[in-house]
Amino acid sequence: MAKIIVMTSGKGGVGKTTSSAAFGTGLALRGFKTCIIDFDVGLRNLDLIMGCERRVVFDFINVINGEARLSQALIKDKRVENLFILPTSQTRDKDALTEAGVEKILNELKKEFDYIICDSPAGIERGALMALYFADHAIIVTNPEVSSVRDSDRILGVIQAKSRRAEKGEEPVQEHLLVTRYDPERVEKGEMLKVEDVLEILAIPLLGIIPESPAVLRASNVGMPVVLDDKSNAGQAYSDAVGRFLGEKIEHRFVKVEKKGFFDRLLRRTA
Amino acid sequence: MSIFDFFRTPKKASAADQAKERLQIVLAHERAGRDSPDFLPQLQKELLDVIKKYVSIDDDKVAVKLDRASGYSTLEVNVELPAPAKGAARSGGAGKVAAAGKA
Repeated sequence: MAKIIVMTSGKGGVGKTTSSAAFGTGLALRGFKTCIIDFDVGLRNLDLIMGCERRVVFDFINVINGEARLSQALIKDKRVENLFILPTSQTRDKDALTEAGVEKILNELKKEFDYIICDSPAGIERGALMALYFADHAIIVTNPEVSSVRDSDRILGVIQAKSRRAEKGEEPVQEHLLVTRYDPERVEKGEMLKVEDVLEILAIPLLGIIPESPAVLRASNVGMPVVLDDKSNAGQAYSDAVGRFLGEKIEHRFVKVEKKGFFDRLLRRTA
Repeated sequence: MSIFDFFRTPKKASAADQAKERLQIVLAHERAGRDSPDFLPQLQKELLDVIKKYVSIDDDKVAVKLDRASGYSTLEVNVELPAPAKGAARSGGAGKVAAAGKA
């Protein structure tokens, strides 16, 4: 049975699209047929992060409006088997997302895919509500920073009240916390919230901790999901998170300051 | 506490500790507000309608305030009645009703 996962946060700029791309690619790498949908109508970016911006012909909204078939809008990833992207419109606005339209397309996708990842826009408006409404799982992307934690708490409240599962009184949406841009050095100095603090405040299970890493910008520059950079700590952390999501027991890495050797210090090497 | 601690300056809460504390306080408030529907404007309007049946007062003379503490909430209703007409037997003035209930 296909599972719908929403990648959401409330706050913008915390890494929802980066995480959707990395997590979706990670699921596909493990053999699951995965589709990532961009719900940020008017501000499309998943295509750039996935490196398929020049292959967009039809989009999510075209399919909702019956202007194109789903198979015409889906973009098959060229690097990873089983991975598809459904880009959104750059010209329409969020009102184009109708509940019935979104449901129809998700139902169609469910027949073919194992996982459907809904990359939510920031905020708690229509686009974000539509992205989370049909979800079975919610991955809350949070930076260890006050405004992000507050907005994550807010979006958790929205999921618990306004998702389809909440409205129908079904099993609640399963929540997972993904802490991104974590900097163990700053945590050690007392400048950044510890992951334990964020967990204590939000009180949902921890899926992963993605360290602050230059690899994320490098990957986005070239349109590659960072999980494919398996030498990088961020890539490995995303891969671990995917494993945990699938039920594997994997210890959290990159949470302590790494002791740098003499030569590392001398050469100022970075990850 | 060891004797050496005596000479140390007390450690200030780190920026991260302050962040955690501020978040815990603000979220406690916001979570409490999230569960209850925003009924105050409607309550204020209906109270005003009832009072108007008996006394003529202005729309802005009823103030409703909800305060939340841990474990209970207080609802404070302030009704400012007009000064009594000359020669009236009863004395008017501000009446205050407070009700407390479980949050």
